[in-house]
Amino acid sequence: MKTTIALAGNPNSGKTTLFNTLTGSHQHVGNYPGVTVAKKQGTYADNGFEMTIVDLPGTYSLTAYSLEEVVARDFLINEKPAVVIDTVDASNLERNLYLTLQFMEIGVPVCIALNMVDVAKSRGIEVDAKRLSDLLGIPVIPTIARNGTGKKELIAATNKVALDPKIPNPLIISYGQDVDKALVEMEAEINSYDFLTNTYPARWIALKYLEKDQQIISLGKWKNPSLASKLEQIVNRVSRHLQDTLDTYPEAVIADHRYGYIKSVVKQGVLFRQYDQNRLYISDKIDKVVTSRFFGPLIMIAVILGLYHFTFTYSENPVAWLEGFFEWIGMLTETHLPDGLIKSLIIAGIIDGVGGVLGFVPLIMFMFFGISMLEDSGYLARMAFMLDRIFRAFGLHGSSVVAFIVSGGIAGGCAVPGVMATRTLKSPRERLATLLTVPFMNCGAKLPVFALLVAAFFAENETMVMFFITILAWFGALLVAKFLRVTVIKGDCTPFVMELPPYRLPTLKGLAIHTWERTWHYIKKAGKIVLGISIILWAMMTYPNLPDSKIQEFEAERRAAKIAVSSSVIEEIETPSENNELSKEAQILNARLVNIDARQAEAGLKYAIAGRFGSVLENVSRWAGFDWRTNIALVGGFAAKEVIVSTLGTAYSLGEVDPEQTEPLSRALAKDSEWGPLVALSLIIFTIFYSPCFVAVICIVKESGAWKWGLFSMVFNTVLAFILAVLVFQVGSALGY
Amino acid sequence: MAVVNMRQMRDNQAGTIAAIKAEGELGRRIRDMGLVVGTSIKIQGRAPLYDPVALRVMGFTLTLRNNEADFIEVEVEE
Repeated sequence: MKTTIALAGNPNSGKTTLFNTLTGSHQHVGNYPGVTVAKKQGTYADNGFEMTIVDLPGTYSLTAYSLEEVVARDFLINEKPAVVIDTVDASNLERNLYLTLQFMEIGVPVCIALNMVDVAKSRGIEVDAKRLSDLLGIPVIPTIARNGTGKKELIAATNKVALDPKIPNPLIISYGQDVDKALVEMEAEINSYDFLTNTYPARWIALKYLEKDQQIISLGKWKNPSLASKLEQIVNRVSRHLQDTLDTYPEAVIADHRYGYIKSVVKQGVLFRQYDQNRLYISDKIDKVVTSRFFGPLIMIAVILGLYHFTFTYSENPVAWLEGFFEWIGMLTETHLPDGLIKSLIIAGIIDGVGGVLGFVPLIMFMFFGISMLEDSGYLARMAFMLDRIFRAFGLHGSSVVAFIVSGGIAGGCAVPGVMATRTLKSPRERLATLLTVPFMNCGAKLPVFALLVAAFFAENETMVMFFITILAWFGALLVAKFLRVTVIKGDCTPFVMELPPYRLPTLKGLAIHTWERTWHYIKKAGKIVLGISIILWAMMTYPNLPDSKIQEFEAERRAAKIAVSSSVIEEIETPSENNELSKEAQILNARLVNIDARQAEAGLKYAIAGRFGSVLENVSRWAGFDWRTNIALVGGFAAKEVIVSTLGTAYSLGEVDPEQTEPLSRALAKDSEWGPLVALSLIIFTIFYSPCFVAVICIVKESGAWKWGLFSMVFNTVLAFILAVLVFQVGSALGY
Repeated sequence: MAVVNMRQMRDNQAGTIAAIKAEGELGRRIRDMGLVVGTSIKIQGRAPLYDPVALRVMGFTLTLRNNEADFIEVEVEE
């Protein structure tokens, strides 16, 4: 029979490493139903044992305050795993046992994996596993998850617990006279009404009422309102009494007694410390430098630049290979399919769409590898510690910095991995505010747009303008974050209370699994939707086709151009040979034909839905100084920001413009009377702030768990960008620029 | 012996927690990490901008914002 085992434990207790050691590569990542918390599941099969192991989120406690804790708790209650393997960090025994006690109070069968005994030993900490096991009445197996020590014993012990038909009684701890008395009274009430008792033990329900646990209290109200209010009355009575006599709350008394219980257990010959517990270890000595006032920020800047360099420089080649691959497929299609709509759909809709999704893959892999390294080594927590003061002022969290940097805080990032990087943030409101504001950073795809406009209108101040653009993006993002945190994502700061885990060398296996699972998640989730939207955008720029009469006109022009020259020239063009340079006449004709093609493309674009949309929008966009061409380009920019440049090219009859080579377009804009530095500035500002590209929007949807936030970022950002652009354009015009 | 607010403690100063005045989520988070009455702590240092504060509890390092440390009273030796 296949048994289900839950793997639980504190963050940084080595739980994930233990999970990897037990399940190897037999893992599967999904989500817990209805929430964005990742659910990892794996199988262990050996020696006739076969078990499904579910990795619960790492938590310090089982309250209803955080999503992770609710998820862990609900899993234990609803799925009733045969055993909970509780990963306990041997060098942090007391704090880790706090969670263990809570499992035992619910009454689930527990088996302790006393992990990292080697680290504890090197710190002069010795734990008597046998003694601890006797005192708690549950198996305690010393392990070293990194090298697999104790794995066999752990599985054997777990299996023995799983096969034991006797379900353990919930652990009963004394919480002092006042609370105990109330607990007994409440338990009697709960039992006499069978109130929620088929799901939870009676004493546990009473405890949760005393702890003011919102999940249980609202469940109780719905199930049996009269009993619920009776229980709440008892709670209020005890609370008042404790407040009057001891100036404390039931919650505090309960926590104090849990720790009291732990201390009494530990003192009975379980824990031996060779040194004073405030002794500084190597890790703390490193921190003396790494988080110091002077070296701390310097080292952090170096690490950030290193991460940035690693992600964006080393992924350059794989990205280029992928691009080359998709170009090659595009060329194959180009030569082997007959001209027409199907071909255009396959090239512009499907191949570009899939290429768009997969093009990000190397970037995401490198970024997650780098971030996993920072996370697993413990440095990320130090960054959050050092930067929290700044980011907190804007309603964010110290850890937000990574997402901002990756998105283009140093110009040239990408919002897609940036949005995904917010996963390292544990505070829900701060996380949402971060993932909604990182797309304001200047990603690599916005750069060609800036480069084009700066070259055309601000060529003499290039560096200054680019610097200004970067600063503007940061200011805008932080101010918007603050705005969101006092309006739509209102709420107190999530408490910062955070552990600074000891520095550890990450394991390659852990990094590889981490990176792969996040990358695969991206491909799976983004792929389908992006393909759909890509096809819609293609259709918008293609349909309806030019009416036949229009096409005839262009055909007539082509014929006229050909008639004007001798037949030998036409033959020269139609039978291209490799080595011969074209004659002068042929070159002129060629240029003419290319020009006609480009004008036809422009007319087609203007005639298609996107063009009509752009023309209608002109009525509004005039306020910001944008004509229909710019409008279409911006609509195209929703597919990917670099498309702004190529679409502008088509709209200016220059044919497809390579985003890397924009001189002709830049010259065309500089000559155009509609354009000027003010329009350029307005467009730059609009480009910084308007809707993220749709791959980023999809990532926002996936990471926030709700379509409404994806929609919000499209609408809110575009409106904000428009207001800013109008402001700049109108004030500038009034000042006579 | 004197009871002071944790924010007022100097770097490397040690003491024993005398009271925790926080309720709700913050109170829960603080207690979950082992900061309960009677636990001994030592201030390990502060971030470059003097906030948050890092302290040593039961052999590990914990960080708190100053406005969170305000809820914790510590008995220190003069």
